[in-house]
Amino acid sequence: MHGRPRKPLKPVDEAAVAAKAEKLRALQSEFLSNHQNKIYSKEAVELSAKLLEINPELYTAWNYRKLAVQQNLAQCESDPESVNSILDEELKVVENALRQNFKSYGAWHHRKWVLEKGHSSMDKELGLLDKFQAMDARNFHAWNYRRFVAALMKRSDEDELEHTQNMIDKNLSNYSAWHNRSNFLSRNCSVLLSNLMKKAAPGFTSKDEVLTREYELVREALFTDEDDQSGWFYHLWLLDQTVRSEFPLLVSSWPVEGSDISLPAADYLDGCASMNVFHYSSRNFPLVLYFNQSVRGVNSSTVSVSCGFNLNIDLIWKPLSSTDSQSAKVWATHLAIPDAELHSSEAYQVEVKVGFSQGIVSTTGVAYSHPSQISFQLHLQKTPLESGQDSRFGRIQWKDDCFAVYEPGSAEPDLVNLLDNLTIKNEVESTASTWQARIIDDETNIFRDLLDCKIGKLTVARLLTAYNSLRPLDKPVHCKEVLELYSELMKLDPSHYQYYKDNHSLVLLQQVTSSKESLLSRCFHYRDSTLSTNGSPLCLRLNNLAISQLGSFEKLLWVQMLDLSNNELQSIEGLEALQLLSQLCLSNNKFRSFTALESLRYLKSLKVLDISQNEIGSHSIDTTRYLFRSPLSHSVGSCDWNINYLSSETYWEAFFVLKDMGLTQLDVAGNAITSKSFNVFLEKLLPTLKWLDGVEVN
Amino acid sequence: MGELAADKHVKYILAVEKRKDNFESAVLEHLRMNGAYWGLTTLDLLGKLDAVDSNEIIEWILKCQHESGGFAGNVGHDPHILYTLSAIQVLALFDKLNVLDVDKVSTYIAGLQNEDGSFSGDIWGEVDTRFSYIAICGLSILKCLDKINVERAVNYIISCRNVDGGFGCTPGGESHAGQIFCCVAALAITGALHYVDKDLLGWWLCERQVKSGGLNGRPEKLPDVCYSWWVLSSLTMIDRVHWISKEKLIKFILNCQDTENGGISDRPDDAVDIFHTYFGVAGLSLLEYPGVKAVDPAYALPVDVVDRIFFGK
Repeated sequence: MHGRPRKPLKPVDEAAVAAKAEKLRALQSEFLSNHQNKIYSKEAVELSAKLLEINPELYTAWNYRKLAVQQNLAQCESDPESVNSILDEELKVVENALRQNFKSYGAWHHRKWVLEKGHSSMDKELGLLDKFQAMDARNFHAWNYRRFVAALMKRSDEDELEHTQNMIDKNLSNYSAWHNRSNFLSRNCSVLLSNLMKKAAPGFTSKDEVLTREYELVREALFTDEDDQSGWFYHLWLLDQTVRSEFPLLVSSWPVEGSDISLPAADYLDGCASMNVFHYSSRNFPLVLYFNQSVRGVNSSTVSVSCGFNLNIDLIWKPLSSTDSQSAKVWATHLAIPDAELHSSEAYQVEVKVGFSQGIVSTTGVAYSHPSQISFQLHLQKTPLESGQDSRFGRIQWKDDCFAVYEPGSAEPDLVNLLDNLTIKNEVESTASTWQARIIDDETNIFRDLLDCKIGKLTVARLLTAYNSLRPLDKPVHCKEVLELYSELMKLDPSHYQYYKDNHSLVLLQQVTSSKESLLSRCFHYRDSTLSTNGSPLCLRLNNLAISQLGSFEKLLWVQMLDLSNNELQSIEGLEALQLLSQLCLSNNKFRSFTALESLRYLKSLKVLDISQNEIGSHSIDTTRYLFRSPLSHSVGSCDWNINYLSSETYWEAFFVLKDMGLTQLDVAGNAITSKSFNVFLEKLLPTLKWLDGVEVN
Repeated sequence: MGELAADKHVKYILAVEKRKDNFESAVLEHLRMNGAYWGLTTLDLLGKLDAVDSNEIIEWILKCQHESGGFAGNVGHDPHILYTLSAIQVLALFDKLNVLDVDKVSTYIAGLQNEDGSFSGDIWGEVDTRFSYIAICGLSILKCLDKINVERAVNYIISCRNVDGGFGCTPGGESHAGQIFCCVAALAITGALHYVDKDLLGWWLCERQVKSGGLNGRPEKLPDVCYSWWVLSSLTMIDRVHWISKEKLIKFILNCQDTENGGISDRPDDAVDIFHTYFGVAGLSLLEYPGVKAVDPAYALPVDVVDRIFFGK
């Protein structure tokens, strides 16, 4: 099926071909008849061998031969000579078949089946493998078979590692050899990971020595032929092994350590409403923990929360992950703060202690061993309801003239202090990073010699970014250079333009969120002529930045109002960490489907959403279909599917995203999906809605 | 560059179905069930499924079923999980899953799960992540996913994950686009895509696009139209398909057409076959090529067929 020319090289003799086909059909027919009737005579078995030589993919013939072998072995009653001759015959048939097609799954499996009967010398098998690997060093069947034989022979990992070295020495352009090398090393490195000081496995020295040696080895591959990809992925893995933090650590939180938070006691943003309305922050005050890697085991035993108003309840911590119910990088819970009538204008000291008792574990199995404590103050203010407070529910408009630059010292929480403490200090990072920084530095200097080609630019960009990741408390350096490198790559390798663009966006956001000055310059008060700015939340405006991917969420947990309009986003994955978000603008981006808005299902405080001017409904292919909780991915029970919303079969994505939201304002205009019936569907789905596409809802 | 010669491809598929006089069809007789799935799904994607006699095909499919509940590649051959899935998929296309004894088929598939969560292809015990995908996909279509131990099945797939973000056929096996498709799709269907590092795997996958615009299956190999499916559907499921040049890939696929006699080949000017015709058209579907119905990247069936199964009355 592969690699045959369309116009045959020689003129085809139609009659001869037809005759050949007829003959083959006759043989197959006879074979199937033997098989059906369980005939295992010498002639019948030979027929199957003949067929397999012509067509090793005839899987039923391999099955037949196994049945014949079983019967013949039973008959000869373990007379060693007979057994050997029977099994030898099978190995011969496999070899002949492999000569026809050395990628035949059936042939390789038959050989394994025979070998498991305890036959054939292992040296012979390795010899056969060497022959095959000489013919095609990338044949993964041969590599798999080698692993099978090595396990049977109980060959040591060191010997197999040496074999990969030999293959690499023969030809640097052998991705399969690099892969197998990484396979052995990663299994041994995981032991090294847990204890740097101890000698982990015989033959292996400390982690940085291992890595330094591997870097030298793979560098040769990268420098020999800059277009050959064989070493690229191995090098990336080495980089990851160099900078990855072994320990799960708390990176940031909401609230931030030392903060002073005023909570209006009355239901603030929905004063005009009736009883059963949505709970703003005073009712469900979120606590968010952001780790450096995915962890499990965050619960009321491993995280204790104590505060003045005797909340002696078991808080339920939830992982903010769409499909994983056990682990996540970000965990959240909600404190239900009692009515202010009883405790007006009091301050409460809250203490959150993370990991003082065992139980939090990273998904790679490393226990959380660096407990942290976050203390903050809560002030509950009893604000009398003003008359005409209904008009606070004016429609939010995301226009430039509605925003005024933030002036420090207003009634907001002390933003500057908050921004100073966004990243949690973890001592463990400073001690371990010396050898890591040295390796990164050395590699960067070496790869600067390769800056005229794609892999050189990409590697230097990654190395500089990796360097910053080792120093999370310091301002990132080299951002400008990294951004330039990605811009150059967009021009140099236009097929992968969007890959470089997405990475460029991530670095840009790192830069923007790296300093409080930078963040403050993007904070605005929302000002509407009918409302005072008193108490209106601060808006972080990250619009018009041409960003195509979001990141740096650990720096943004404090954000309540966010403007991401006029960018190139098609996903908001990660935004679920921003538990305080109540107003969000995503207009003029590249969102293609409601399934891309999965993260919004976690934002319980969200009231105002603008997804106008996007591409929802314009695409036949949904690229977030399986990154979304629905019956298709078995992550939502079919009982959640309310058959009353019959028309929602057409709008099932919108249904699942929006159904539990308490939105008061929604903008969807400018998407192909919008229509009168869609708007009717939305109004039905969202009873709390007051504004839809700028029009008041009845 | 030209356009998609849809009518020619339809004629080609209908002709191949009937041809018995060439050597190729004799040699591929044992996988006719797969061929039926490739050909018929392509016809459906091109809006021409009604050009075949569904009753005749269904009758033949049922003749391929064994006592064990599994289906063979053709009449008289042995059952195997590969052909069992193709049979289920073809019946789904015709909306005739009800002709199946669902309990029997699902028991056959579920019986092939091993202790470690992996799946064998048949009673002879070959293990491969391809079979994990097949079991999960097939049982999901039949709404019987609870007949297997899903957690163990997922754990086995994870054990085949490599440091480059990809997946191999068994633990330690090299990443290969075909295996990656199987593992990613299986994780998609079981709601377990959080085990995939999308950025890492996305880069590995997008680097399959070579200068000619075609996709290969692993580093330093030749491009092939069938990878337009394996790589592209994987990229689609993890939302990284924008990391390749769609225009260049469309051009590559269209260049692999035989615009005179119909059919698509692995590479330009090579011999065409049903396998590559299907993957070329399915690839074009994922690239939103006009005139081709949308295909579901995990089930490898038209989206309207999948939606009918999960959301239909």
